Amino acid sequence: MIKKTSKYTFGIDSFGDLATKEDGKLTSYAEAIRLVTEEAVLADKLGINAISLGEHHREEFAISSPEMVLAGIATRTKNIKLASGVTVLSSDDPVRVFERFSTLDALSGGRAQVILGRGSFTESFPLFGYDLEDYEILFEEKIELFAKILEEKPVTWSGRTRAALKDADIFPKTESGRLETMVGVGGSPKSVIRAARYNFPLMLAIIGGDPARFAGYAELYKRASEEFGNTPHPIGIHSPGLIAETNEAAFKMAWPLFKQSFDKIGRTRGWAPWTPEHFDNEVQSGSLYVGSPETVAHKIARAMKVVGAERFDMVYGFGPMEVSARKKMIELYANEVIPRVKELLGEK
Amino acid sequence: MIESVGILGAGKLGLVLARLALKAGFKVNIAGSGSPDEISLSMSVLAPGAVAMTQADVIKQSDVIILALPLGKYKTIAVDGLDDKLVIDAMNYWWEVDGIRPDLDDVHKSTSEIIRDFLPTNRVVKAFSHMGYHDLLDGSRPANSSDRKAIALAGDNRDDVALVEEFIDKFGFDPVYIGALQEGIRLQPGSNLFGANPTKKELLELLNHFSDSDLGKRLA
Repeated sequence: MIKKTSKYTFGIDSFGDLATKEDGKLTSYAEAIRLVTEEAVLADKLGINAISLGEHHREEFAISSPEMVLAGIATRTKNIKLASGVTVLSSDDPVRVFERFSTLDALSGGRAQVILGRGSFTESFPLFGYDLEDYEILFEEKIELFAKILEEKPVTWSGRTRAALKDADIFPKTESGRLETMVGVGGSPKSVIRAARYNFPLMLAIIGGDPARFAGYAELYKRASEEFGNTPHPIGIHSPGLIAETNEAAFKMAWPLFKQSFDKIGRTRGWAPWTPEHFDNEVQSGSLYVGSPETVAHKIARAMKVVGAERFDMVYGFGPMEVSARKKMIELYANEVIPRVKELLGEK
Repeated sequence: MIESVGILGAGKLGLVLARLALKAGFKVNIAGSGSPDEISLSMSVLAPGAVAMTQADVIKQSDVIILALPLGKYKTIAVDGLDDKLVIDAMNYWWEVDGIRPDLDDVHKSTSEIIRDFLPTNRVVKAFSHMGYHDLLDGSRPANSSDRKAIALAGDNRDDVALVEEFIDKFGFDPVYIGALQEGIRLQPGSNLFGANPTKKELLELLNHFSDSDLGKRLA
């Protein structure tokens, strides 16, 4: 079991990928959602600190309403934090986001965490009737409004991207008086400074390349927080991974899964397909946490040290991974990787 | 002789190019979409030494200008003072940022030709456009390193191309000239080179198989 007094937080993260069942067929969307729920229950039992579910609106992923799935998880778990990873605030309504997550907070006894972001995909824009031209202003205005709503007092606000509010009181209020909120950032310095300005903790989505390059972003976050007169919060990292008993088994399983998923997404963006060399680079020195528990633990510990992070969320079950391998991966992560990372970070 | 590098665009790509230019010993001037104040803190932490200034000042004070803005915003470039400047176009059409823009997705005209036609200068060279920004940052190596990566470039004027070749080399990559600016289309999204992180040999090989890529098929 993972000790609760640790200063570090370890999470798992899913977008609700359609997994491969024992009969070799892909899960349905409904089955994929129920699978994530079962995995969250397991993660809670094993002492994993958090589960984040990302909002997507694409055929590969079953989760478009993270907080609905999290609500299901809430009533069956005890300790695990229930986070979105991320909630695409730009194409959502800050008032409703607060209402849904404060409801989740109630159901879970104060375990809800909203991770606000702009997302790495943009399909929510046409889906909900927003214009990509307004990408910047939508996020800028909505995070400003959301920060006000979080004070849990009547809100007066006006802007361009939604109807004005005058002394609007929003319910349910949380028991703690503050809904836990973070900002997910992919590498835009402007977004880092924005998180610092609103005094939100920072989650860095590092999905490629050497995590060391994000050390500068952590420093920027600290410096900007100080300039705004805020105390910087601990920083978290979110990256994809795959853990198996041995390096060899993990590499063999991960290569086709990651290639298939990244190539499919990459194709719509005009990226060339992944080469074995690209995969090897990401595994060796980049941001794919693939390997045995020992290999992955060392890689996580290095990334957390070099960035100065106190939280690590691993995206698991990437692509059409087998249901049994997903379960095994969560067990290895909880029972072997997390304790070893803590040890490597000097925590016994 | 290039001594100072001006970068328009202070996002992920602009930042990486600023760091590479500083590492190569150039003086670096950079402008974002807003006032210099908005990016000065980011620059002091992430690219210490790069000087945040207005677009107009960047253009005035730099020997070469690198365009690293979202392509869809190219009409916001302050063209005054660009008359005889050498410009490196590192931009790509990226629909998720630019929105759906058929004008930027013309198989008969490379986006760098659109830029050349818009700017008062004819001295436009396409480079640093096909490699992902973190591969750019992580991949810079001294000359003759066995794992040195390559950057393709396209341009009409041989003297300018030579300047940019030298420039790419100083940034830590092997330059590979692929032809006139219109050939730059072979580096755009949908090509087999776009997003690849090749050595010189691999890059030449990829060019040979361009016609098999999604973009190659559209062009056929």
